[in-house]
Amino acid sequence: MKSTNIRYLAFALAMAMCPLFLNAYWTDVFNNVGLYAILALSLNVILGHCGLFHMGHAAFYAIGAYTAAIINTTYGIPVLWIMPLAGILAGVFAMIVARPIIHLRGDYLLIVTIGIVEIVRIALINNVFDITGGANGIFGISRPSVFGFKISKPDHFFYLIWGFAALTIFLLLRLEHSRFGRALLYIKEDEVAAGGSGINVAHHKLVAFIIGAVWAGMCGTIYAAKMTIIAPESFSFAESVILFTIVILGGSGSIPGVILGSFLLVGLPEIFRGLAEYRMLVFGAAMVLMMIFRNQGLLPPGPKNYNVAKMLQAGGAK
Amino acid sequence: MTLLAVDNLSKSFGGLMAVNDVSFEVEKGSIVGLIGPNGAGKTTVFNLITGNYQPNTGTVLFDGDNLVGLPTHTIVEKGIARTFQTIRLFQNMSVLENVLAGAHCRMRSGSIAAMLRTPAQRREEQAAMLQAMTELEFVGLSKEWQNKAKNLSYGNQRLLEIARALATQPKLIVLDEPAGGMNDQETQDLIRLIRAIQDRGITVLLIEHDMGLVMRVCSSLVVLEHGAKIAAGTPAEIQTNPRVIEAYLGADSE
Repeated sequence: MKSTNIRYLAFALAMAMCPLFLNAYWTDVFNNVGLYAILALSLNVILGHCGLFHMGHAAFYAIGAYTAAIINTTYGIPVLWIMPLAGILAGVFAMIVARPIIHLRGDYLLIVTIGIVEIVRIALINNVFDITGGANGIFGISRPSVFGFKISKPDHFFYLIWGFAALTIFLLLRLEHSRFGRALLYIKEDEVAAGGSGINVAHHKLVAFIIGAVWAGMCGTIYAAKMTIIAPESFSFAESVILFTIVILGGSGSIPGVILGSFLLVGLPEIFRGLAEYRMLVFGAAMVLMMIFRNQGLLPPGPKNYNVAKMLQAGGAK
Repeated sequence: MTLLAVDNLSKSFGGLMAVNDVSFEVEKGSIVGLIGPNGAGKTTVFNLITGNYQPNTGTVLFDGDNLVGLPTHTIVEKGIARTFQTIRLFQNMSVLENVLAGAHCRMRSGSIAAMLRTPAQRREEQAAMLQAMTELEFVGLSKEWQNKAKNLSYGNQRLLEIARALATQPKLIVLDEPAGGMNDQETQDLIRLIRAIQDRGITVLLIEHDMGLVMRVCSSLVVLEHGAKIAAGTPAEIQTNPRVIEAYLGADSE
């Protein structure tokens, strides 16, 4: 077994034990960390791997959460069953809005994506199609249940959220080590060279957007089920900025980095709570220092392992 | 048989006519050199062939298809691979990963197959890895496969670009100043490599300022000056062509 696999397994085991030692408050903090980790991992596909400056990720998250909330409160369909549909709708939305802007670069794309998240938030406040409940949002979303077991306590949610996070990490690691994952990295490094090597740049950028959006949409479902009430303010530009910061601070394109970033950005403000109103000041200063001394992020992506000897043996021994 | 036919190609940037009504043909299996003084429009012609620029007028026929208007990656899929005058490698990625970029367009598995890691996807990855290592062996870089591209010497970076282009399994490879920045020994090796590429049945079109290399490897030459074609023929013909001598050395001022 490779040493990286052992590290992930150890992390999973340590996380699985956490609820035994944490009180309800800290379990809930960890739940939030988990939700942010899933969202930031999905943003990492777009921002970290493909290098697209996307600062409107909360829009996709909102679409997933509202899909779940509306269908659950209107038709009473169990909230977790809606997850695939919420993901698909967020993905379709991403495809429609990203298609015309996919060729934009850097700061131009950034500004347009900020526009997208604001449009979605304002549309939700204005009770678009009369189904989003306006500024008050939607109440009374039912708790999820898994095989008849009703999930209601923080430690139940802990396993739901971190279970989904584990699945996310597993799948995204595989994606990273594939033709598709490499294509995103080539595009991030040099778009012209990627096109000149035969990579369909626009297509891969769009698919990166869609994958990120589908995942954020599914994560929105869990959020809706956990809160039982959702409102437009939960999906603001500020949320998108936090997700953006987690990816950049943790290490753009590095899955362990993004997980660490989520713990720091969501967990540290809780630890600094004793400093009362100074906590955001300390937090901000810590971030500035980190960006000065480690501007590639805390855990930048390392070189990928290719077991060439094994591959050659398998390929050569025909 | 003609593999590539450039017909009445023109491209202007603002008021500058970078390429003016250029036509030439590349025979299948040949090594053709595109030469001319600096600023003659050689690289612009390459960029028009590979889809990086769109011509104002003219056509580029490759294997019977008109390439004008096609995106670069489609042109690569059709069988034209290129290297760049200013090296454009994926600097922070490994040598192997750089070559795998070339193999990309001959692979099919997408994002879902990657997440599910289907048997077909694994077989394809394995085949691509094998092919990438074969190409590295071919250009003599197989020992460097784990290094980052940016840590290679200048000459080796040029070779890596060629390996990446070969991994696309091209019919025509377009080399933009492959000997740029190489020392004499490296240039000798490059000449052997270009001939080995030809032996694999791949047609070569190259821009080069090193006349020694051009005269030794090319079977025919096309000479550009100020965006227009001034001569075409075998190296021996070009060497004695008064128009070419004038373009390179200047006319007698009598």
